Amino acid sequence: MKSRTIKVDYLARVEGEGALSVKIKGQQVTDVKLRIFEPPRFFEAFLRGRKFNEAPDITARICGICPIAYQMSACHAIEDACGVKITGPIRDLRRLIYCGEWIESHALHIYLLHAPDFLGYEDAIRMAKDHPVEVKRGLRLKKAGNEIVRLLGGREIHPINVRVGGFYKVPDKKEFSPLGEELKWARDAALETVHWVATFAFPEFDRDYEFVALRHPDEYPFNEGRIVSNKEMDIAVREYDQNFVEDHVSHSNALQSRIKERNSYFVGPQARYNLNFDKLSPMAQEAARSAGLGPVCRNPFQSIIVRSVEMLYACDEALRIIDQYEMPNTPAVSVEPRVSTGYGCTEAPRGICYHRYRLDDRGIILDAKIVPPTSQNLKTIEGDLWQFVQAHLVIQKDKLQWQCEQAVRNYDPCISCATHFLKLHIEAE
Amino acid sequence: MAIRKPKLAVWKFSSCDGCQLSLLDCEDELLAVADAVEIANFPEASRAVVKGPYDLSLVEGSITTPHDAERIHGIRRASKFLVTIGACATAGGIQALRNFKEVKEFISIVYARPDYIETLKKSTPITDHVFVDFELRGCPINKYQLVEVLSAFLNGRKPNTPPHSVCLECKQRGTVCVMVAQGTPCLGPVTQVGCGALCPAYARGCYGCFGPKETPNTASLSTWWNELGVSERDLMRAFRGFNAYAEPFRRESEAHEK
Repeated sequence: MKSRTIKVDYLARVEGEGALSVKIKGQQVTDVKLRIFEPPRFFEAFLRGRKFNEAPDITARICGICPIAYQMSACHAIEDACGVKITGPIRDLRRLIYCGEWIESHALHIYLLHAPDFLGYEDAIRMAKDHPVEVKRGLRLKKAGNEIVRLLGGREIHPINVRVGGFYKVPDKKEFSPLGEELKWARDAALETVHWVATFAFPEFDRDYEFVALRHPDEYPFNEGRIVSNKEMDIAVREYDQNFVEDHVSHSNALQSRIKERNSYFVGPQARYNLNFDKLSPMAQEAARSAGLGPVCRNPFQSIIVRSVEMLYACDEALRIIDQYEMPNTPAVSVEPRVSTGYGCTEAPRGICYHRYRLDDRGIILDAKIVPPTSQNLKTIEGDLWQFVQAHLVIQKDKLQWQCEQAVRNYDPCISCATHFLKLHIEAE
Repeated sequence: MAIRKPKLAVWKFSSCDGCQLSLLDCEDELLAVADAVEIANFPEASRAVVKGPYDLSLVEGSITTPHDAERIHGIRRASKFLVTIGACATAGGIQALRNFKEVKEFISIVYARPDYIETLKKSTPITDHVFVDFELRGCPINKYQLVEVLSAFLNGRKPNTPPHSVCLECKQRGTVCVMVAQGTPCLGPVTQVGCGALCPAYARGCYGCFGPKETPNTASLSTWWNELGVSERDLMRAFRGFNAYAEPFRRESEAHEK
């Protein structure tokens, strides 16, 4: 029987180093491997022995694209260990800086990494020759998101102003006014983005997914909520480890997560959207409907529309927060360490990011666990490829390979994120 | 006849992707840069790959695997100029914290299938492996310094990136010294500028993202920190950050490791 292999030795337009191989024998897909060769960096190992207040700065370095996600999950987990709950304007500012990260990260993925697949370009720079208006709009949107992060965090990548308990310094209200003007433009541009991406052609695709995201009674989730799914999961963040396990497979330097009682699951914009559509602002809901989406969207190729709707929501929410902001009396609340274990889970642009820390009485980290979003999606991505290739065997090989890459990019995978938590095996030099 | 554009390549080793992202974060300059150079290899941004040799290679990340220790030589051979970007590539990065641990200490940590993982004992900077034409500091790098480096190499001149301490920039910004005025421990006096003296402007001490400045007096700074009540363990941790394996910081952290 004739065998063939689709191989992508170095996946492009994803963050980090991964490769893809799909084996086909006759008319049957026989193997799919998303191989992660990004070198492990062992964050969990070297967090041991560090001070509790160093965790946000250290874990930010797991990912240059979503450092806020790591800073937020680390802060919440440590505050949980120390029995502190952040409320009022500091809580709002955390939500605001997270809006900034969603906008910059989503704009990056929509315009520079994913749209070129739909329009048939190798990259956004080539795309810009034919679609200059759209690429410039994408870059300005990305910049608007980065402006929020820069104003509140000091800089776009690895912000310096986030700390356990709050911030080192908070802006007064008038510092927000130029940002507010730009965000009004960004909100309009995000709406145009929704309409633009809705015109793309999407392959038909559906699977029986389990979507997992945070859910909060009053708001679209960023920093807080229970972990829920469309298959009746509804747990507190501190129950994460009882419900999810990570498998170590030979072809990957990233662990693959699965739900203990079932199997693979799906995190990220589409999971959040499907589980929290009712919490989106009216403007975001309306935009989704006008793009032809219902309250549930299961086709991962349409994730680019969902991401655009979330970007619109994040602009809308950022404007709401800025509008009602009153400067707090103090930039941070005091957090005293105690012997305890704390749990935090927040919604990174790519999905839930879980942290757990065990502290001693002086605040030294005894043990840490970090589960980034991408490792939670790896099994689902492989599952998509099995089904997608099987259904499209007749497509010419080059085109099928490109569509496989596109299927991986549906998840905006951040491979650098996915590999830091592996434990160390030393091989002599 | 069209003039051939210089070929730019971006390479990744062990890192967080943040420094190469800085290139895409040049939202206002990106399309102009793409006009001035041929982006010949930049997997984070493009699936198109143009064969070498390359006029300028930007290298992000540190060397942590046997495969990468080989790969960097091929990149050097294919590159006219090789510039390292960021703390990982210039000092080994945060992942160089493994360099201070006893092997058996790490092995005692429970892991599922160590036989699947291939890694070196140490995380090392690019310059330990091949000749580097220029090192751009920072965790992350400053995007304006990156544009300066690109512009300098395109025009055949030396990049203008100052080697002095953060202190000087605090004075230029008019930031009151956090260590003198508030007694906040700060690594600014021994750390190279590049960030724009951000942390003191946000009422916190510098934590050393850009690594040691030229001729840093780390021992003297440690004495000042001691006087502010900082413990030996905390001093050790302060020097053991994103540039832990840069020689002056490494020596100073080891001096406080009891």
